[in-house]
Amino acid sequence: MNKELSKKLSSGHATCAGCGIPAIVRTVLGATDEDVIVSNATGCLEVTTTIYPSTSWKVPYIHSVFGNAAATAAGIDAAQKAISKKNGKKFKPAKIVAFGGDGGTYDIGLQALSGALERGHDFLYVCYDNGGYMNTGGQRSGATPYGANTETVPAGIESFGKTQQRKDLMEIVKAHGIKYLAQANAAYLPDLKRKAQKALNTPGPSFLLVLQPCTQVWKFPTSQYVAVGKLATETNFWPLYEIEDGKYTINNVVKNPKPIEEFLKTQGRFKHLFAEKNKDVVVEIQKVVNENMEKLVKKAQIS
Amino acid sequence: MEKGGIIKHDLNKSPKTGNWRYVRPEVDASKCIGCTTCVLPCPDASIEMRRRSKEEKKISPKLAQEKEIADIDYEYCKGCGVCAQVCPMKAIVMKK
Amino acid sequence: MTGGYAVAEALRQIHPDVMAVYPITPQTPIIETYAKMKADGLVETEMVQVESEHSAMSATIGASAAGVRAVTASSSQGILYMAETLPVVSGLGLPIVMCVSSRALSAPLNIHGEHGDVMAVRDMGWVEMFAENAQDAYDQTIIALRLAEKVGAPVMPIMDGFHTSHTTERVEVLEDEIVRTFVGKRQTEESLLNFKDPITIGTLALQNTYFEFKMNQEKLMQKTKSAFKTICSEFAKISGRKHGFFEEYAMDDAESVIVMMGATAGTAKEAIDKLRAKGKKVGLLKINLYRPFPYKEVGSALAHIRKIAVLDRAISFGAYPPLYQDVMSSLHFSASQKHDIASYIYGLGGRDTMQSHIEKVFKDLEEGEIDNKIKYLQ
Repeated sequence: MNKELSKKLSSGHATCAGCGIPAIVRTVLGATDEDVIVSNATGCLEVTTTIYPSTSWKVPYIHSVFGNAAATAAGIDAAQKAISKKNGKKFKPAKIVAFGGDGGTYDIGLQALSGALERGHDFLYVCYDNGGYMNTGGQRSGATPYGANTETVPAGIESFGKTQQRKDLMEIVKAHGIKYLAQANAAYLPDLKRKAQKALNTPGPSFLLVLQPCTQVWKFPTSQYVAVGKLATETNFWPLYEIEDGKYTINNVVKNPKPIEEFLKTQGRFKHLFAEKNKDVVVEIQKVVNENMEKLVKKAQIS
Repeated sequence: MEKGGIIKHDLNKSPKTGNWRYVRPEVDASKCIGCTTCVLPCPDASIEMRRRSKEEKKISPKLAQEKEIADIDYEYCKGCGVCAQVCPMKAIVMKK
Repeated sequence: MTGGYAVAEALRQIHPDVMAVYPITPQTPIIETYAKMKADGLVETEMVQVESEHSAMSATIGASAAGVRAVTASSSQGILYMAETLPVVSGLGLPIVMCVSSRALSAPLNIHGEHGDVMAVRDMGWVEMFAENAQDAYDQTIIALRLAEKVGAPVMPIMDGFHTSHTTERVEVLEDEIVRTFVGKRQTEESLLNFKDPITIGTLALQNTYFEFKMNQEKLMQKTKSAFKTICSEFAKISGRKHGFFEEYAMDDAESVIVMMGATAGTAKEAIDKLRAKGKKVGLLKINLYRPFPYKEVGSALAHIRKIAVLDRAISFGAYPPLYQDVMSSLHFSASQKHDIASYIYGLGGRDTMQSHIEKVFKDLEEGEIDNKIKYLQ
């Protein structure tokens, strides 16, 4: 076991072989030497690392229910503020990091997240986004991509899968006027580490949205999460960027982005899109990817 | 049983996920340049850079280089193959 | 002072470190009064104005797990909204006190006093105690905090919305110092701020272990009964006011007794005094500790009572009301086994219950008008 990497999250957890979540957690928590407390929503990360009697967490960790990781973090922040008031400089508050999947963040936990952001609590919220409710077997969430085949919105004779575009969580979080948020990707861990350092050193709330390709439900071989993750960024489906004090910075401007098919074809959840009758769905996906990228580039230019 | 189910990390209570494997990554020392690309993405933090000791060199003539190369902890490695996929030198090969 | 003010006063003396609150009538007098106390520098509690009751309890869980003294307060819809987190608090063994100003449940919407809300969550591992008046509300908040932190279980001190929370009554307040020494400081080794020996709280327990966790939780719940009794006697020493599982009012030679909880017990006492003056042998058993329910003790207290009317301020659709069910079970422990028991529902949605209603109940009992049908004191 790699001592340095497993300092805060030990090996011996039950994530699927080839899952991208542990690398995200270790990279984020590895970005600080200060004490850190983890608040975690119910989800893949939680149910694979805390199966009684074993826990892989070597830092203080709390899980209570699905939609309140941010509210729980707010409570911990309030506790530390109360203690600081009493003990003054002697007490050094720890960093608080909340982890949640896209289900726990885009959907069921959005209200608690919004409240905690708006109240300006000192914490970092990290959303590992695998585009669906994977712990329960791959059901559709607000983060599921357009055209994806999921258990609750399956592709079939009539349907091509999800018919809505993804919820733009970055803009929703940005609208709270927090100082720092960034979009990252499990396939670019050094970039994630740099952003985590920035976020952890930002007083008040900060937010990271991290793409986490899911071998189990996206249906690609267990060895491929980095390869698939890279393609997500190389096709501009998942650009890497930061928003600091409202200023957009794109981290790696992809000169000539690959066509979206390069990303889609690696995954079983999009297999049906390569059938003749779904050709225009792919066209639509490419159109929206281009439009989103243009919007992002414009925002980066004017800020 | 702990009140409220409050538990603490205890490695020997954690499962040895090594037994999940049906394929196994093997490091070819002659190809591994010690670049550590495989270390961070490994989902089970099972790769460390280590200089091979003299005895080990005797075991496999391939371990000729005098430098730190990838060393896989087979107690926890689940055999997912991410390391083999990201390795720029194709020095890690999945074997039955 | 009103019941709401009395609870806020008790909280000021207890001085929690964190109080996460979301407003809901009739709980607001508690949090408004407390917020004003903070604004005037009387307390330094970290108040978190959350965006929902679900987050109110979630933040309180986070703070309590971080090892500090954390309380909250709510009513009715708020309690149901946070209900998902209530068994988490008791399951994790967190000593959280939630002051409740109980109120009816929607639909239709009703903002007035009733026990429907706390009855809906009565079996989730929270200790529940009912106050008759503002004095009880003050005392029970202090007792609840001490009990929660001594046993490691969450407690709900409950007062009737409006009838107690918004009604001004005489309340004897203890000295700050006396209360502070009585509740002491919260000590816990197991907290999220212990970095040398970090804890994981909120584990996943599967078929092989979950069952035992729940059995242990019940053992703990039973332990809170004896702890409650000890704390009440200690509280009597510092306040001169006796609290216990229940209050037996004019029951020694009573033939007909009403069993009930909460504010309307006051009305019952006045009716009983009048009837006693006319020589009627009537009495009242007012339950204070509702969960864990003192079955044996209630059984023996009612053993010699022939005619019993149980008054519930909550309705259970398709079933006998909650307190009636508990009293029926406790009579299993009564030696005499000679009882006629009637079930009445009163005060739903804040409907006032007059002495005349109480007198009607006693008249029914006296005339043997007792059957197993639920009667309503509209």
